[in-house]
Amino acid sequence: MIRFDSVKKLFRRHPVLDGVTLDIATGERIALIGSNGAGKTTLIRCLLGEYTFDGEVLVDGESPRKQRASVLGKIGFVPQLPPPLKMPVGQLVTFAAAVCNSDPKRIETIGTRLGLNIDELRNRPFNRLSGGMKQKLLIAIALGRDVKVLVLDEPAANLDPEARHIFFSLLAERIENTSMIISSHRLDEVAQLVNRVIEMDMGMVVLDDRVADDSNLAAMLNTKLRLHRADDAIARALSEWSFTDVGEGMEWHGLVAGPDRLRFLGMLSRYVGLLKAIDMVELDPGVTLQ
Amino acid sequence: MKHLWLTAKLDLVESLRSRWFLIYSLVFGGIVALLFAFGLTESRVLGFIGLSRLLVTYIQLAMAILPIFVLITTVRSVAGDREAGVFEYLLSLPVSLSAWYWGKIVGRYVSIFLPVFAAMAGAALWAMFQEIEVPWGMFLYYTAILAAMGWCFLGIGMLLSTLARSTDVAQGLAFVTWLVMLLFLDLILLGLLIQSRVAPEFAITLALANPLQVFRTAALSMFDPQLIVFGPSAYVILDLFGVAGFKIFAVVYPVLLGTLSAATGFVLFRRSDLP
Repeated sequence: MIRFDSVKKLFRRHPVLDGVTLDIATGERIALIGSNGAGKTTLIRCLLGEYTFDGEVLVDGESPRKQRASVLGKIGFVPQLPPPLKMPVGQLVTFAAAVCNSDPKRIETIGTRLGLNIDELRNRPFNRLSGGMKQKLLIAIALGRDVKVLVLDEPAANLDPEARHIFFSLLAERIENTSMIISSHRLDEVAQLVNRVIEMDMGMVVLDDRVADDSNLAAMLNTKLRLHRADDAIARALSEWSFTDVGEGMEWHGLVAGPDRLRFLGMLSRYVGLLKAIDMVELDPGVTLQ
Repeated sequence: MKHLWLTAKLDLVESLRSRWFLIYSLVFGGIVALLFAFGLTESRVLGFIGLSRLLVTYIQLAMAILPIFVLITTVRSVAGDREAGVFEYLLSLPVSLSAWYWGKIVGRYVSIFLPVFAAMAGAALWAMFQEIEVPWGMFLYYTAILAAMGWCFLGIGMLLSTLARSTDVAQGLAFVTWLVMLLFLDLILLGLLIQSRVAPEFAITLALANPLQVFRTAALSMFDPQLIVFGPSAYVILDLFGVAGFKIFAVVYPVLLGTLSAATGFVLFRRSDLP
């Protein structure tokens, strides 16, 4: 599906990509991880045909530089930082749908599923939306059309737990016939979403490993916590995860999206001394957040 | 073609919402309003009275303001968009680079020409309402000159935006370009002519390669067809082009220069890193 062949990119004679060779097949979900300056964004920009480079990048046998419109028609992209566009939301949706030969209604439907009422926001300038709203809209534009590749740069960073779960469910719907490249600084943010991990450092691939592919992206975990004592800090953290206090700050119940479990446990690890018991049970498929 | 118009519309809407467009429109609208308010239509210069007098003053002011305004706003917004990540996102959508680049130029052209033309058209409408005679021939030629001037500096602005990788550098380049053209209007050129004893034809060719000089000469030719104020230079210009020929040259040359600059910018844009 995607082939990077000896891709080299220099910025002022300094190699940012140093002979990257990768093959990505349909259905592969890749965590592209690495520290700042490792070359993740540059690799993505080469894939999107935005950078010139030495070597070859092919998507379905086509070059993103030479057959730009055809290649980009197959790629949905969500950037890490939303662009500061002044145009109204309605116009951005119409423009994106028109150039992608998609239906604006499809984008709006995805937006609605993510909790974004595009009808209400139609006339609001994009740069006046909150960080979460911008992210949801860009995700809706990327997923609101038929693509073969999804390139997501820290896609869920600004999403609340509910929206994260719906986002993971939307990705799960495309798992069979779409390749995904999910870029992140931290593996725990994306570990449960992917079946392959590629780590970059100094413009080179330093780790390329398969990971267990038995997690259900749409799964929900019914989670119960008991604490030794009530504590304001953990109460605030659990409230952000939409947990409910059912025992005067000592017992908390809530739902955690399957792919978020590592991230949730990472948060809990900060309060491990307070934990008395934890119970996480995967719900039957079909259970949705209320 | 569909993508080109979509990009043009997008750029136009972005421009209409930006602060520079508001200031730009207020400046040109304000000039016309002030010229009317100060009773310029009632004053007389070189036999010009009424709307002709206002148009002559307006075109002189437009020549001073329009080029630097177009250059700075174009490079600021294009290079600024690139720096802010607008290109990274919008160019990840399946739009061809030619549709994107030329669409952006078309959208921007409408946004820079519209306020200048609207101010002039507003003056003509007001004159008709006040029963002041409208010199339509002059009005149409000045419209053509302004359209050519806008296109010329937009093309140069797009080229500079492509050459510079940051807003600061792009702004600096735009300012220096404008300054060089301004200095070559008379001051340096005359100095060169006197010092180097170059052939007058060469000095005048050099002058006429400067779009600012071309606009200035064309604007003057409307009320001084023999270019008497130019002294001996007028002979060279009129021998070379003739009165009508120069009027055509003053519109065609800047359009060609703007198109060439924009096309060069496109070639560089297509070959370089986009964001």
